Amino acid sequence: MTPMSTSSTLSRRAAVAALLAPRKDLLVVTGLGSPTYDVHAAGDRDDNYYLWGAMGGAALVGLGLAQAQPKRRVLVVTGDGEQLMAFGSLATIAAAGPRNLAIAVIDNQHYGETGMQVSHTGRGIDLAAVAAAAGFAAAATLRNEAEIAAIAPTLNEPAEGPRFYVIKVAADSPPRSMPSRDAVFIKNRFRAHLGFAAG
Amino acid sequence: MAEGTRDSATTWPAEVYRTLKAAEVRQAAYVPDAGHTALIDLFLADSEVAATVLTTEEEGVAIAAGAWLGGQRSVLLMQSSGAGNCINMLSLPVMGRFPLLMLVTMRGEWAEFNPWQVPMGRATQPALEAIGIRVMRADEPALLVETVGAAAALAYDSDQQVAVLIGQRLLGRKKW
Repeated sequence: MTPMSTSSTLSRRAAVAALLAPRKDLLVVTGLGSPTYDVHAAGDRDDNYYLWGAMGGAALVGLGLAQAQPKRRVLVVTGDGEQLMAFGSLATIAAAGPRNLAIAVIDNQHYGETGMQVSHTGRGIDLAAVAAAAGFAAAATLRNEAEIAAIAPTLNEPAEGPRFYVIKVAADSPPRSMPSRDAVFIKNRFRAHLGFAAG
Repeated sequence: MAEGTRDSATTWPAEVYRTLKAAEVRQAAYVPDAGHTALIDLFLADSEVAATVLTTEEEGVAIAAGAWLGGQRSVLLMQSSGAGNCINMLSLPVMGRFPLLMLVTMRGEWAEFNPWQVPMGRATQPALEAIGIRVMRADEPALLVETVGAAAALAYDSDQQVAVLIGQRLLGRKKW
């Protein structure tokens, strides 16, 4: 399949800022690379868990967290490459059916950390259609800030099942906004926020 | 196989289940293995435990980290072929010092019928140790229950990443 050029002009930082603007007590997990920087740039918080590795793990960290905290809402913010590595996770999450988990894929259609190689979403793979086929309660592709602003407040509320949003963004590389790479520190800060002892 | 051995070979899943319940395990993720059948059924029937079927084993490593972030203890069930699938994802519990308890049923090491099980069976322990997982092993049912209890304490109380290998000799010959 021939790579297709991305038509989006939406800045990824503006997209993530719009997604998180109405955030209340939403717990957020980020996928490695730019989504981690984007969420950090929107404001470092104790209820963020940033991944710097473990590619393919973000949505599933979100699932384990959502199952452990059924009264809280969980948002995973990750990239197209990271989610593509966890293609099977769409089946696992749909089968588990958490009502308090949403996944937002910041989709620039490229592997931005490694030289901007075109990813599968740049070659026609429609991740939202895959999620819909898997049985997610909601699955949509968003292309501008108005569409993001329309769904962002709903992430504070539970739904009928897991939700999946692809947000098409430009393949730009804004300056890195880097949280701590100390996974133990971030873990203990997150757990303390939920009232659990460090360790 | 002696009669008494066969009896304990059928009761160990229930004893392991009771051990994990006593350790307050609230999530169980699994890729099925014949050796885990009874334990999986016990978790599926338990409304206090979220039992998650996986498409591939490394998903469960990430779920376990998320569960701990949310204050819950979990267990991950797989056969030895799945241990290889987990290797890079194990960076997460190793770097984050997340408690991790994996119960791995062994293939390819005792009266194995399928030669394709042999390479990963041979690689399971060294591969897990290479990425930083503590490996414990049991080949007798009574020792297995004790080992799972000790591994659970190491994981949840001492923030260790532990795999318990369940010997194929304990599981018995696969019926074809």
